Amino acid sequence: MENYVIAMAVSAGIYALMALGVNVIWGMAGMVNLGLVGFFAVGAYVSALLTLKLGLPIAAGMGAGALATSLVGALVALITVRLRGDYLAIVTLGFAETIRIVASNTIWLTNGTDGISGIAGPYRGTLSPEAFNLLYLAIVGTIVTVAYLLAERLRASPFGRVLRAIRDDEQVAAVAGKHVALFKVKAFAIGAGALGLAGALYAHYTSYIAPDIFVPLLTLYIKLALLAGGLGNNRGAIIGAFAIVFLLESTRFAIPLVPGVSAVQGAALRELLIAALLIVLLRYRPQGLVPEQLRQIPARAVPPGRYQPTA
Amino acid sequence: MSLLDVRGLTRSFYGVAALSGVDLRVEAQRITGLIGPNGAGKTTLFNCISGVVPPDRGSVVFGGCDITGWRPDRIASAGLARTFQIARGFPRLSVYENLLLYGDRQPGERIPAALRRTAPSLRRESELIDRACAIAQRLNLTRVLNDPASSLSGGQKKLLEIGRVLMARPKLILLDEPVAGVNPSLTREIGDHLRTLADEGLSVLLIEHHMDTIAQLCDHVVVMAEGKNLAEGSFAALARNEAVQEAYMGRRR
Repeated sequence: MENYVIAMAVSAGIYALMALGVNVIWGMAGMVNLGLVGFFAVGAYVSALLTLKLGLPIAAGMGAGALATSLVGALVALITVRLRGDYLAIVTLGFAETIRIVASNTIWLTNGTDGISGIAGPYRGTLSPEAFNLLYLAIVGTIVTVAYLLAERLRASPFGRVLRAIRDDEQVAAVAGKHVALFKVKAFAIGAGALGLAGALYAHYTSYIAPDIFVPLLTLYIKLALLAGGLGNNRGAIIGAFAIVFLLESTRFAIPLVPGVSAVQGAALRELLIAALLIVLLRYRPQGLVPEQLRQIPARAVPPGRYQPTA
Repeated sequence: MSLLDVRGLTRSFYGVAALSGVDLRVEAQRITGLIGPNGAGKTTLFNCISGVVPPDRGSVVFGGCDITGWRPDRIASAGLARTFQIARGFPRLSVYENLLLYGDRQPGERIPAALRRTAPSLRRESELIDRACAIAQRLNLTRVLNDPASSLSGGQKKLLEIGRVLMARPKLILLDEPVAGVNPSLTREIGDHLRTLADEGLSVLLIEHHMDTIAQLCDHVVVMAEGKNLAEGSFAALARNEAVQEAYMGRRR
């Protein structure tokens, strides 16, 4: 049971890292990305293949996975920079499906739908399964903490301010002197990097990846986590990720207790319950558990005549 | 040489000509008014000058530099700032952030500097906070600095629009109906602010339907109708001009 709880904490940490990444793209810059599982997959495959086929150390593989995903993110953003709202959502959804189908069919490289197994984990061979899980939890915890601190710095910085301005009104942001397309590409690259790193962490944890892991449902879980936690809020992203994993896992135990429900019905009931919760949340707490907060700056007394209108 | 020199600007939307060869000159350190009936093409002209909509033909020269077809952010960085007719902006940002966003030269907008919180980026932010406070004091927005912009009253939103463009320390500001829908006492207040700013060396081009404001503020007035120049001169002279009267009131039979 302990091992199970630790394993769930690791997966919640990976969800949290993804939610932090999506928060930059969607929460701050307002770009709807329904293809985040595609970026997750790119990170997982790049790191798995580099460590397995080229014998790279795990840390280097993860770094390369994050970097490669970041570049893919920048590329997707460059292509879609003029798209907004629903159109961007559809294109990114298509991107994720494309990645999945390419992974299924590029058999010489990815082993197709059979997936890649035997992906190395740090000290997997020398540690007991319990110790390995704990070590991995420590690694994921550290990475999520660092990612959270960096994301908080970004959010509070002028860079984050520009992203949030773009979210509200792109055209006014451009007239305010901001190169909107460039900021969007940067935001996408950062967010995609976090998603790729999360994918690499996943691959090296479970030691096995296959295309059928990277389905749109995972995208929706992360979106749900962010919505539940509070869109635009980094703390909310982490809290939301843990809440979602807790919810997903606790229903696994709760549903069998309902009398007269078969296993198949139970699985369907679980999805139904999650959907219903999302609707309830959006209806009664659209701002999430921890709503986005404005930075408060004390007003400074400035001597009159201090401001000159022209430089 | 004029600060802004627009020549032969043409723009149509799906075959309908919004601008058909407009000329406009704005002299430095003056308030120039741009008037004309609804649909005359005034806002389209603003959009073409500020880069929001590229013109089909014609040229826009600002401070001796041809900015025709430039991206809006480059035009803004060159010192030409504009507002929008219906107070647009960033409702989910605080008033402070709305102002700070417009600050020029911000090192903290680069990711490495933002992550490392470098000394120059923090120093610049602090300078901009000073500037934002000074502008807020001027425009009576100090008390609402930390409120979300969406919570401001209509008049405060208009003041914030002016405050935002001032943050960029522009050479020229284009104001699209700065007193539309504003009560008479605030209209006077906004007029006074603009007059003071012009006296301090700022150049202003403003679209306005409120003729008292135009009469009181503008050194020079340009009249547009149906996408073309109709007349220009002092407000008093234009008020007597029959072509202008016809454009507004309809033709006498």
